[in-house]
Amino acid sequence: MKELLDLFLTFARVGGLTFGGGYAMLPMLQKEVVEKRHWATEEEIMDYYAIGQCTPGIIAVNTATFIGYKTRGVLGAIAATAGMVFPSLVIIMVIAAFLRNFAELEIVKNAFAGIRICVGVLVLNAVQKLWKGGVVDRATLVICIVVFAGMLILDVSPVVFVIGAGLAGWLLKKAGGAR
Amino acid sequence: MLYLRLFYEFFKAGLFAVGGGLATLPFLYDMAEKTSWFTSDMVMDMIAISESTPGPIGINMATYAGFTTAGVLGSICATVGLVFPSVVIIIMVYKILEKFKGSQLVQSVFYGLRPAVTGLIAAAGFSAVYPCIVRLSGTITPAAILSGIQWKAVLLFAVLYFLIKKYKKHPIVYIAASAAIGILFQFTA
Repeated sequence: MKELLDLFLTFARVGGLTFGGGYAMLPMLQKEVVEKRHWATEEEIMDYYAIGQCTPGIIAVNTATFIGYKTRGVLGAIAATAGMVFPSLVIIMVIAAFLRNFAELEIVKNAFAGIRICVGVLVLNAVQKLWKGGVVDRATLVICIVVFAGMLILDVSPVVFVIGAGLAGWLLKKAGGAR
Repeated sequence: MLYLRLFYEFFKAGLFAVGGGLATLPFLYDMAEKTSWFTSDMVMDMIAISESTPGPIGINMATYAGFTTAGVLGSICATVGLVFPSVVIIIMVYKILEKFKGSQLVQSVFYGLRPAVTGLIAAAGFSAVYPCIVRLSGTITPAAILSGIQWKAVLLFAVLYFLIKKYKKHPIVYIAASAAIGILFQFTA
């Protein structure tokens, strides 16, 4: 029971403190789940992200479900997901009820102009950590650069890149093994 | 029964929207067309609000749409509907993954996936921050880019990068400080 509550509260913190969608959640997850609780390793989080990209649903929820299930089974998955969703439910309901023009307020716009830069720096910092685990040789460097450039230039779904990279990994290892 | 419809419509979005929160957008536009719950203009408002509040964007949208349509219970129905397919699918995927974790095939696939995820997240972060650093209007020339650079933003970026590297504080510390700085120095001006 205590661990379930712990899962709920930890993911409520991650959900309540993440500004800007799934990718912005990564620095929070690294801090709360990897460093503080040791529920998953840096690499496992990365794998969950990759799977979360190509399975249906919201990536944040997919990642919470993964870690919750890994820690405490089905109940753990539900506790983590409920925690992740809870702050949004409360905050958005308050805004929908009282502050329809929330996003138009000058003070909110200014605060978010600052926050967005901070999220950028946090993500950059998180990417450097991922880089160490993911970019291990020349082939993986090429994959990383191609995906980065492709995402910025082409108008295709990330799913295409995830599937392509998975295939590339399989073919590269297969070719390497045959040598 | 409105609650059941809300659950069902968002369940569909949760089941078929692949690739994260913004992938639910086409489903929201479809709902705006087919139902009288909200208009497509309101979807734009929802995006703005979702982006200026914490939490996953998809969840924020479901909560907002559910609440404006049918109150507190409506927002819970919509959110549970959106999340339900994910939880079931991910538990199944986890079980399969555990079974084949040691296999050479799975190892090779993840060898390719990890750098791809690094690239994906870097690109997402870049597209979110770039418009705050350089504001462009009209034709893109070197001079336009130079005059479009937001020096306040560049300075904050550099200072934050230095602080985050030096002091490994909780991310929320930097986020709160940046919000205060944004308000104090009027970052949108």
